[in-house]
Amino acid sequence: MTEIDDLERALREPEDAAGTGSRPLPDLTAAAQAADLLDVAYARLDSPVGTLLLASTPVGLVRVAYLDGHEEEGTVLQDMAARVSPRVLAAPRRLDATRRELDDYFAGRRHGFDLALDWRLMTAFARRILTATAAIPYGALATYQEVAAEAGSPRGFRAAGNALGSNPLPIVIPCHRVVHAGGGLGGYTGGLDRKRTLLAIERGQAPLTGS
Amino acid sequence: MVHLPPFQTLIDAHGRDVHRFLTASVGAADADDCYQEMWLAALRAYPALRDASNLRGWLFTIAHRKVIDHVRARARRPLPAADAGAALGAALAAAPVAAAADGDGDLWARVAGLPAKQRTAVALRFIADSAYAEIAAVMSISEPAARRNVHEGLTRLRKELPE
Repeated sequence: MTEIDDLERALREPEDAAGTGSRPLPDLTAAAQAADLLDVAYARLDSPVGTLLLASTPVGLVRVAYLDGHEEEGTVLQDMAARVSPRVLAAPRRLDATRRELDDYFAGRRHGFDLALDWRLMTAFARRILTATAAIPYGALATYQEVAAEAGSPRGFRAAGNALGSNPLPIVIPCHRVVHAGGGLGGYTGGLDRKRTLLAIERGQAPLTGS
Repeated sequence: MVHLPPFQTLIDAHGRDVHRFLTASVGAADADDCYQEMWLAALRAYPALRDASNLRGWLFTIAHRKVIDHVRARARRPLPAADAGAALGAALAAAPVAAAADGDGDLWARVAGLPAKQRTAVALRFIADSAYAEIAAVMSISEPAARRNVHEGLTRLRKELPE
């Protein structure tokens, strides 16, 4: 009887099973993409404004999320699964170009993004507001009223504020460049410290690491 | 509306066990191919899944199907189709060779040497930590048959244990 117990214990022993315990598992992302089954690819990026989660569809970049504090990775991915497709895979290489452009932006070397964007997570109104926001030049500021007027809803600046607050593509669609008419910073989806940091980078004051 | 978690969480939670199951079932040399085919099949079917209450069982059902496909394909390869029955038998007999040749883990080489059903049942029971009802569902056999296959597999392994 004890011998069977030993046998069963050995069979359950994870490390020893056919000697494959520590070998990395085969990567699936290339085959999934070739088979047109990679609906949402995601990767992380460390940046001066904290760790970002980046997600893209075959259409383009669909989500940039600040991970610490406001949202956890699991929450963001769950949201992708529910609203885009449950075929969500970690596929860092699919986001190489996005990560490079963002790295260049944070280093002050890039003033605009050449990335295909997937706008599907925005309502029609938010799309208009964020399209107007995307036209604000690097290093410039606009007020909520100006953005609302540019989007064709001059009286809707409060709604514009909400649309900016739920921007699924912060940094890339520069909602950090929208401020109050009176000179106040207004709000920001990732917190005001991040807004200040991004504006400082665009003024040529790249932040020191860790400050 | 079925609530389906991001597919990556399935790979993270069960990928290692699925790979071990496939290694024990088809041998180390073919496990990677089966693994990839199995996950692509799962990924293809995933959005249409109606019941997400037992994703692990669903994954192992697909893995088991891939093992059967694989053994049949191997049976077809070297021999004319007319002799398919004998070829299948030969392939099942040959299946353990790859795993045994892997050298590591005497025990798993012996598991690989079990008859196909016992091998699958033992692998599901101890690698996938499956309940007998789940083994029965994955293998499309009755629960008593699942129990019997595990028991007979263990008995045979125990008999073959070195002193």
